[in-house]
Amino acid sequence: MSVLGSSIKRREDPALITGKGKYTDDFSAPGMLHAVMVRSPFGHARVKAIDIAAAAGAPGVAAVYTAANITASGTPGVIPTAWLLPNLKTPAHTLLATDRVRYVGHPVAVLLAESRAAATDAAALVKVDYEPLPAVVDPKAAVAEGAPLLYDEAPGNIAFDWELGDKAATDAAFSGAAKTATLTFRNNRTLPHAIEPRAALAAWDSENGKLTLTMTSQNPHVHRLLMTIASLGLPEHKIRVIAPEVGGGFGSKIHHYADEAIAAWCSIQIKRPVKWTATRTESNLTDAHGRDHWSTAGIAIDGDGKIVGLRIETHAAMGAYLSTFAPAVPTYLYGTLFSGQYDIPAIHVHVIGTFTNTAPVDALRGAGRPEATFAVERMMDAGAAAAGLDPAEFRRRNFIQPDAFPYQTQVALAYDSGNYPQALDKALKLADYDGLRARQAERRADPKGGKLLGIGLSSYIEACGIAPSAVVGSLGAQAGLWESAKVRVHPSGSVTVYSGSCAHGQGHETTFSQIVSDRLGIDMDQIDIVQGDTEEVQFGMGTYGSRSAAVGGSAIVKSLDKIIAKGKKIAAHLLEASVDDIEFENGEFKVKGSPGQAKAWGEVVLNAYLAHNLPEDLEPGLEETSFYDPANFTYPFGTHVAIVEIDPETGEIEILRYVAVDDCGNQINPMIVEGQIHGGIAHGLGQALWEEARYDESGQLTSGTLLDYALPRAHHLVTYELEHTVTPCPHNPLGVKGIGEAGAIASPAAVANAVCDALKPFGVDHVDMPFTPEKIWRTLQGRGS
Amino acid sequence: MSRHSVSTEVNGRLYEREVDARLLLSDFLRHELGLTGTHVGCEHGVCGACTVLLDGEPVRSCLIFAVQADGRKLATVEGLASSPDELHPLQQAFRDAHGLQCGFCTAGILMTMVPFLEENPAPTETQVREALSGNLCRCTGYQHIVDAVLLAAERRA
Repeated sequence: MSVLGSSIKRREDPALITGKGKYTDDFSAPGMLHAVMVRSPFGHARVKAIDIAAAAGAPGVAAVYTAANITASGTPGVIPTAWLLPNLKTPAHTLLATDRVRYVGHPVAVLLAESRAAATDAAALVKVDYEPLPAVVDPKAAVAEGAPLLYDEAPGNIAFDWELGDKAATDAAFSGAAKTATLTFRNNRTLPHAIEPRAALAAWDSENGKLTLTMTSQNPHVHRLLMTIASLGLPEHKIRVIAPEVGGGFGSKIHHYADEAIAAWCSIQIKRPVKWTATRTESNLTDAHGRDHWSTAGIAIDGDGKIVGLRIETHAAMGAYLSTFAPAVPTYLYGTLFSGQYDIPAIHVHVIGTFTNTAPVDALRGAGRPEATFAVERMMDAGAAAAGLDPAEFRRRNFIQPDAFPYQTQVALAYDSGNYPQALDKALKLADYDGLRARQAERRADPKGGKLLGIGLSSYIEACGIAPSAVVGSLGAQAGLWESAKVRVHPSGSVTVYSGSCAHGQGHETTFSQIVSDRLGIDMDQIDIVQGDTEEVQFGMGTYGSRSAAVGGSAIVKSLDKIIAKGKKIAAHLLEASVDDIEFENGEFKVKGSPGQAKAWGEVVLNAYLAHNLPEDLEPGLEETSFYDPANFTYPFGTHVAIVEIDPETGEIEILRYVAVDDCGNQINPMIVEGQIHGGIAHGLGQALWEEARYDESGQLTSGTLLDYALPRAHHLVTYELEHTVTPCPHNPLGVKGIGEAGAIASPAAVANAVCDALKPFGVDHVDMPFTPEKIWRTLQGRGS
Repeated sequence: MSRHSVSTEVNGRLYEREVDARLLLSDFLRHELGLTGTHVGCEHGVCGACTVLLDGEPVRSCLIFAVQADGRKLATVEGLASSPDELHPLQQAFRDAHGLQCGFCTAGILMTMVPFLEENPAPTETQVREALSGNLCRCTGYQHIVDAVLLAAERRA
């Protein structure tokens, strides 16, 4: 059996399960100081004065710095936005607040002390004279007339006003439609909650003018670049960023935040190592949050139950400043998904992004695509109801057909491949959909009532494998989204791969080794994967957007192909054959059709390094670097089915079953694929059923601890029932599509459709997430059956 | 700040230290003793990542002061495997069933489930899920963790 496609056990695990894996906070340095931030307790306030005298004199305190110190140091000192939309408002965002704070948690000063406890004690002695200002926390309220303004340069708090698709054609489709349906809904704000809080250990080497920054990062090179150009001004080669073991990210460790840059600046300033580790509440106050939309959507259908138009108006909260990739999330990662799996002739998407007195919103597992899928799939159920069709039948009638690929949507994307009816059919069969509908009908007909059964479908698509550089460049990205890989073959034949991807739980050391082992025919134990260190690895873009297999893995293949091509030249020379006659198979370079005429991998490799007998035009050595730029996004898809039961007496929801059929193309390691799907599903179930980051009107985060923010726990969840279809990606060498986000993209809509399906007999069209028992109970109290 | 002497046995080795009264056991293990396999996820006793065994009972080391461990025995993830070459059966089951991804919550889960399996050698899935309910994992969706615990139980049988 091929090593590619096998559930090989992870080589990461022995260190991680024995406690030997080192995460950022596990590192210390001699002479290290601990940084603690003084943060705004107000959602919005003017900073009139800061008195640091008492804090500076407190026991163990080495320094207290404010924005004035950073300005005086001549450091650029800002946090930039790396994705620019037309007419985007980008107010300056400094490392420490100057005269104004715009969210609870906004750092205004930093203390350095000999211990974290001493720094925490002294932080309470920093006196900040705030003049509280009215705050606005809701993306729709932010644009209302008279709403408090965050920035003078952003009237109406509007960061951007963006649209995609054909408004005129969509309006015409609605005018001429047989039936239409409209829903207004909220996509609830959620917290990332990587179990490892963000942290940084900055160590400045005065002698060499060099900073080593160990930090919780999904993309150390991107962090280094942004440190150089915006925050610290040090030349890039004078900064080493190391991402050691990273305890989950889900997007929250992509972004460039003030805290890590402040720790770095402090170390340079005081010439001692400085460590900063967030508390859980600090993480919740300052990690970029997810979602937070208000939307009104409409679907228009003809007399045959075919969709003729889809439109949506969304207000998206951006928070108090624009985080690293934030502008892309509710626009290009959202609006482009509105064709879903369906052939829709007219689509229009309009998004207003608003500044709010909250933590910023940026990419969080799925990033825009869960929000889009939620909207599309809720509208599919609304459309089915309007058409008088079963939700499965309505989807089937509107699917893009398997022979229609490549398929150009009305919202920019060109889907490369897919087989949507097959995934739906498989999911319905696995769920016993017909049987479930029959049971539901029986229950509904039973005068004794009882628990309400709900069945929800979510036929999702995502655009991942992010992303073709020229395409994203034309859309505003200030970066290319290719990936790099260097393959170094050592003289004795073993291999080290330096990958620009940066795993934080995804198991790249295992899956990337499988790719190399398969291609070169050498054992896994002859292969090492290096990632997460800017000193060792050439520039790389990192891990997010379900891109590491599709883009990072393809970069490795590209380098391996170069290695094999060079090996063939050497083998041909040694065998006195034409290079065109050499084939490479199972670790051997062979002359086609001449059994026994072969050179082993090790012999060819050694010859590359001995260089005693190489073809004239060939350099010695065997090492190749590639920068792989994908030709298109990849388009994983599938259908998920959630089956829920609601107790009408209490409003309590029980997930009875969760069925998922996913297609991520070829699978490198099915065990790891399953794990990714499970985690994604749980993340989405969390959003649907329990999770909500709430701010009160003054901008206080009232769900800042794990006591008031409910994460899914083992006893809340069920055993997921998984199956797959395999439609290989046609444009990358592995045929892979990515699977890190699929579960989180599909599952909120599946649960929402199930809950609304259960409540349908009560005349309920829609309930907003999270579906807490109280909300369901109140909904039922308000309606008769 | 008053200092107190703490004498505690961790994974069979005796440690004696002078510590602040307010030093958390989690910080004591991690920063005084260098046993960084115990992780801190929330510091308010909800995530379970810092779970260790105190006289054989699972406790959250972020909710206990180091001084409370004086004269008592602690076990952390570093002491679970009997030798560097051999994983504890539960660790082996976690590896075999892909019971971890980023690994940050894993030590706390292992230290919770080791005594659970001692008391419940043949648990049902529901019992395993209940026993896991005090430990948060954001990566796995729990299913492979549940599988790993059940696999370990099955192998003991």
